[in-house]
Amino acid sequence: MPDKSAEALAETQPVGKSPRNKLKAPAGTLYRGREGMWSWVLHRITGVAIFFFLLVHILDTSLLRLSPEAYNAVIGAYKTPIMGIGELGLVAAIGYHALNGVRVILVDFWSVGTKHQKLMFWLVIILWFVLLLGFAPRHLMNVFGG
Amino acid sequence: MPTAIAEAPTPEAIQSFNVTLIIRRFDPEVDAEPRWQDFDVEMYATDRVLDALHKIKWDQDGSLTFRRSCAHGICGSDAMRINGRNRLACKTLIKDLDISKPIYVEAIKGLPLEKDLIVDMEPFFDSLKDVQPFLIANSKVEKGKERTQSVAERARFDDTTKCILCAACTSSCPVFWTDGQYFGPAAIVNAHRFIFDSRDEGSEVRLDILNDKEGVWRCRTTFNCSEACPRGIQVTTAIKEVKQAIMRGKP
Repeated sequence: MPDKSAEALAETQPVGKSPRNKLKAPAGTLYRGREGMWSWVLHRITGVAIFFFLLVHILDTSLLRLSPEAYNAVIGAYKTPIMGIGELGLVAAIGYHALNGVRVILVDFWSVGTKHQKLMFWLVIILWFVLLLGFAPRHLMNVFGG
Repeated sequence: MPTAIAEAPTPEAIQSFNVTLIIRRFDPEVDAEPRWQDFDVEMYATDRVLDALHKIKWDQDGSLTFRRSCAHGICGSDAMRINGRNRLACKTLIKDLDISKPIYVEAIKGLPLEKDLIVDMEPFFDSLKDVQPFLIANSKVEKGKERTQSVAERARFDDTTKCILCAACTSSCPVFWTDGQYFGPAAIVNAHRFIFDSRDEGSEVRLDILNDKEGVWRCRTTFNCSEACPRGIQVTTAIKEVKQAIMRGKP
């Protein structure tokens, strides 16, 4: 029955002409920004991460007012490999946020800052890696070594 | 000359390419959600994405809806997201795109989607109106004289006179996507054009308007606007100059 098969075809493919349509999610594509946009995304992520660290940090430090023993117990609980890796992440986040923060200040206040923003972004990345190369091995030796 | 005739390519010699376009369609009367639809069109390297859209609308699917007026990069009607970046369809050549992969075309982001590639531009023009984008000059000039301006004074705002209000910059701004109250790059560019005009006397008003919480301080210098502008305006630089003018208290 040709009629029925045509109907069935129309039902299985209500839109478009090829089955490729069905594989596509209806969401829009990700905006393909360049260095400037991704530097901002990283700045946001590291900023939020630092905020949550500071929140916890203020809470655990304020334990000192409660009792030194409670403070020692909580700080002692941090001395695990997982927290050690977390500390590495914290230094990485603060390092990027600080370096890129200087870049953002220069973009806004240096007369040719907007012109050199891409170069400054890659400088930030290079300095960030140098910083982490100096810090990470030493820190991980402390965490995982004796 | 015989050599010139021999070198001139015959029409058959120009190579055409089969290009796939994947377009984000939305018909408010039928669809609950936007959907992707693909079309195959035969294009030449010198064709533009707008030509591909025309071919689809004229030969394949007349329901495809998009805006275009002059089709030559002046009217600013056909800003859309091409392969994830805001571009004018009439200024994007096929040869500059990777046609081994499909070309994704969708409406600009951050403004209410009306149909296919058309968005509601009213919020965009509302922000523009808010910055009073016209010459404010109440002082009287000497009878028979014009308001003169030196070359250097004119150069200060030359870049921002080029705006065609296509909304490519404003709809590329991550701040604008999430905070529709932000004036957006285009409104600031058009304010900049008058703030730094030596003949204008309304700078204080405009600087005051842009000193708002939703004014220039919302700019996070992502440079998406500068990269998206089809006229090559250094939008982020213009916004930065307005920021500095606000801090100085004068242009």
